[in-house]
Amino acid sequence: MEIKKTSLYQLHKNNNAKFVEFAGYEMPIQYDQGIIEEHKFTRKHSGIFDVSHMGQLFIYGDENLTKDLEKIFPVDLKNLELNCSKYSFLMNNEAGIYDDLIITKIEGGYVIILNAACKDNDHKILSKLLLNKYDMNLDESRSLIAIQGPRSVQILNNIIKGVENLNFMTGNWFTYKEQKIFITRSGYTGEDGFEISIENHLVEDFTKELLEKGAKLIGLGARDTLRLEAGLCLYGHELDINKTPIEANLKWAISKQRIENSDFIASDVIKNQIIEGVKKIRVGIKPEGRIIAREKTKIFNEDDLLVGEVTSGTFGPSVNGPVAMGYIEKEFSKKDTKVFLEVRGKKHPANICGLPFYKKSYVKGVN
Amino acid sequence: MSEVKYSKEHEWIKVEGDIGTIGITQHAAEMLGDIVFVELPDVGSSVEKDGNAGVVESTKAASDVYTPISGEVMENNQAIVDDPGKINSDPENEAWFFKLKIKDKSEMDTLMNKEEYEKFSKESGN
Repeated sequence: MEIKKTSLYQLHKNNNAKFVEFAGYEMPIQYDQGIIEEHKFTRKHSGIFDVSHMGQLFIYGDENLTKDLEKIFPVDLKNLELNCSKYSFLMNNEAGIYDDLIITKIEGGYVIILNAACKDNDHKILSKLLLNKYDMNLDESRSLIAIQGPRSVQILNNIIKGVENLNFMTGNWFTYKEQKIFITRSGYTGEDGFEISIENHLVEDFTKELLEKGAKLIGLGARDTLRLEAGLCLYGHELDINKTPIEANLKWAISKQRIENSDFIASDVIKNQIIEGVKKIRVGIKPEGRIIAREKTKIFNEDDLLVGEVTSGTFGPSVNGPVAMGYIEKEFSKKDTKVFLEVRGKKHPANICGLPFYKKSYVKGVN
Repeated sequence: MSEVKYSKEHEWIKVEGDIGTIGITQHAAEMLGDIVFVELPDVGSSVEKDGNAGVVESTKAASDVYTPISGEVMENNQAIVDDPGKINSDPENEAWFFKLKIKDKSEMDTLMNKEEYEKFSKESGN
């Protein structure tokens, strides 16, 4: 299969991006400055991320669509206001996660942002579950970029007036060069920021304007260190078909009312796991020294018994030390529990810790 | 007079008498990206030519460090353990990895000089 390129490929190239294949796309992993500087720049200033490889699935329909989607997603869509977003998951009957996603109510339907590696499969599953009743479009004609960091609001508001009035997890349509663009105040770095859905032929001009105003292009490498410090899950690492949202410690994303009604896919499993508890659960892990525990590192308890495994681990540039997330047996998941990480045959001390590693700065009360 | 030579694994060795100082090349540091962790061989340990002699980790991945020459480790550079970023800023001077007592000087003949290494790293592209 031929490797795909986003509409910003040439711009990445002109900015000396180092590329890596990710989910079938040639994506920038970093630019000249390197991951650490890019990470810090995003936290301090404003970083632009090309996330056009992610899926933008538009579904249009009447009130039956909301009912049908509620049979699939464990969120309260009936009471979701126009242009508001929720984090959710697509699950199988055992509550295994096919994908994690953001669903936003728009005029006449919904738009769902899907992970690049999952989007085609998600599309297939959703078409089947919805019995092809609705107009559904995995839109390849639009790009998706994120602008993240404390200066982003000012920079973006210079180009698109009014974005400063959006609250976290809400969005709206705006106009750029006479074309409609959809902007949400959201992102995946733990910083205040926005995601912009824009037609492919406009995205380069738009990104260049952001660059002129002082934002910088940031690669997927820093996106990973930023989201890990923010304690956010990455599909294929913290989440997969063998893990449930309750095991992933994402109960907060499931509507209480919906659990009581128990009328969505795998609601019985979810309900049962909430009542009975789970065997393993996602936690934050902080190594005591500088040792980096990568994905698949084994976690031992103080009696040298294998009790878990790391799902993501790296050096956190803002924390200025190693950070990790992983799954551990429930009885060892309490904060400050001492564990040992086996790296290159040696066991290194670490502690179970709360998440995030780095405080989030979402903007919630602007209107 | 000191002599500097290079290995295909992108390490350099500077020889003064029977002591060799070893580190990774500028090219290697650039390829690795931001280095955030380093593990060095223990003082007193013996290392074998082309054998494992430490680890460097960037934000992205871990890579092994190999010794270009056999010998006994006399000293390791604690400064780069405390501040691995030094390896990116000055890999061929301040950020040396370890010093060893060379076991067999004839092993030096298997290594490249500066021009040969520059040609090699350009051609290999890694």
